[in-house]
Amino acid sequence: MAQTAATKSNLPARAAPKQRSEAASGLLMVSPTAIYALLLLAAPLITIFTYSFLTDGYLTVELTPTIGSYVEAWTNEVYRVVMLRSLGVAMAVTLVTVVLAFPIAYYVSFYVEPSRKSLWLFLITIPFWTSYLIRVFLWKVILGFNGVVNSGLLGLGIIDEPLTFILYNTNAIVITLAHAYAPFAILPIFVALEKIDRSFLEAGRDLGESSFVTFFRVTLPLAMPGVISAVMIVFIPTIGDYVTPHLVGGPEGKMVANLVQVLYLKLDNYPLGSALAVSSMLLVGLVLVMATMQLAIFGYVFKRIAGQTQLILAIFTALAAAQALLAVVIALWLVTGNAPLTVVLGTAVHVVALLALRRKRSAL
Amino acid sequence: MNGGWFRIYAYGFLLFLYAPILLLPIFAFNDGAIVAFPLAGFTTKWFDQLWVEPALHQALKNSLIIAVSASILSTCLGIFAARASTRYNFPFKGGIIGMIMLPLVLPEIILAIALLVVLLGVGIPLSIYTVILGHVLVCTPFSIAVLTAAFQSLDKSLEEAAYDLGETPASTFRLIILPLVTPGIISSLLMTFTISLDEFLMAFFLAGTESTLPVYIFSQFRFPKSVPVVLALGTVLVVASIILLTIAEYFRRRGIAKTGGKDTGGFL
Repeated sequence: MAQTAATKSNLPARAAPKQRSEAASGLLMVSPTAIYALLLLAAPLITIFTYSFLTDGYLTVELTPTIGSYVEAWTNEVYRVVMLRSLGVAMAVTLVTVVLAFPIAYYVSFYVEPSRKSLWLFLITIPFWTSYLIRVFLWKVILGFNGVVNSGLLGLGIIDEPLTFILYNTNAIVITLAHAYAPFAILPIFVALEKIDRSFLEAGRDLGESSFVTFFRVTLPLAMPGVISAVMIVFIPTIGDYVTPHLVGGPEGKMVANLVQVLYLKLDNYPLGSALAVSSMLLVGLVLVMATMQLAIFGYVFKRIAGQTQLILAIFTALAAAQALLAVVIALWLVTGNAPLTVVLGTAVHVVALLALRRKRSAL
Repeated sequence: MNGGWFRIYAYGFLLFLYAPILLLPIFAFNDGAIVAFPLAGFTTKWFDQLWVEPALHQALKNSLIIAVSASILSTCLGIFAARASTRYNFPFKGGIIGMIMLPLVLPEIILAIALLVVLLGVGIPLSIYTVILGHVLVCTPFSIAVLTAAFQSLDKSLEEAAYDLGETPASTFRLIILPLVTPGIISSLLMTFTISLDEFLMAFFLAGTESTLPVYIFSQFRFPKSVPVVLALGTVLVVASIILLTIAEYFRRRGIAKTGGKDTGGFL
């Protein structure tokens, strides 16, 4: 009896915390981490964004607002070339990494026994966690004049003199970064492939499609979310990589991060350094928007025609559409030689194309 | 069903992934001052030199202090965020979690300069403590990724049963939830420790005159003479990292198995 009374008197005290709404509990729970991120991440990012619009004074930053740093970053030959190169390298790395990663993810997801999948993923991620600096440095050893590749090819008699185009240039940067980011690309694609219901593939084959066509009509579209995350997770950080261009890029391989470091730590020009950093992120953002639209156009054309005529025709039409748009972008790049301008104009072209397609669809 | 060409490709790709790590011990034990082929014979003298470098020992000490602090702090922050995101629905959840996870995709140089500018602006002198602040920022998203898997597979009815049997939220957390996610927490500690130990750019910008292991290694690359010693150091670090990660993986899997979840593999 006494026990019951005690339990009863305890009840309101126990119930009280549960009365706090779920939203409040959640916010309270996340607040330590959120406040940390707010103070040490959001606030600093806003600060450099603000700095990019301020004037550089001698040893100080003056509070006069200006867009001068952006004008300098987007027109000065030195910065323009480096931004163009960084964007090109990041795009090449993304393409190489994702294309190389897809078959691995596909193999692990579709052919490896379920009990061994974890082991494969673990093996793939291990190199990613081990001494980044040393791994980059070893690529120098592998690709160098007396390196593994050259001595190997010389020993086999395939070449007569050492190859020099594989070190201290952007090729070396692309190889090294593609190696460094491979696990980052494999994992999201693997996760997307794992989610695919295997009976869809059987259905495709039962309905008379070849496994090749099934792959393009079922597997690839369903794996697209994974491919997109892989692209983002590789593309965004690689444009700002510092170590790889520094160690294997040579004098002609400097990228945005190297310039930002010099502007910040050597030249003490915070506004210009900030403007470069913000610009590179802006470039990445715009390219991603552009790629998403390209994909939407691709998917739209594909769907429209696939229902009416043969699949092959659909693929060719979609490829042609994508190709035409890509050609516009590349032409702009070649004519202007200006990465920011190309991206801005390219994005505009894509928006117009997508809107045009949308209008046509609603008219039909 | 064995994958034919895919299998060959997969093994080839693994070789590509491991090429640098496999070369590392070859040159660390090579009796030649120049890091190139042909090899010049076996030696352990580069490893012996690791014992007599005071700068290296100071860097190691700093790195250990930073890595231990950063792993504990980021795992604590990770527990809060992972618990909140798996258990509750709250306003701006996507935005808040997105902001916390941002360092996963943002180039480190941007995080580093942003923190540097703010720390200098506020007047905090650069030291190993500022490196800890930066590393916690970088490590927390990974900790959250590991811990979310551990918390996600947690059965909510266990917790409700504890409430019904008269436990308070605090005692429920201590008696029911914590034991179930402990493997996840250990995995997170080991993983963030490894990340912090290996992180270069934040330390390079935020350490001021202090040095950490990666900063020390980076500075030694300028002197061709000290490269073999650095490779010996690298061999030790890689072996240590692999051991730590293997233990982390063991606990991560045990944690998921313990709470009855399905292993989706990997940390992402």
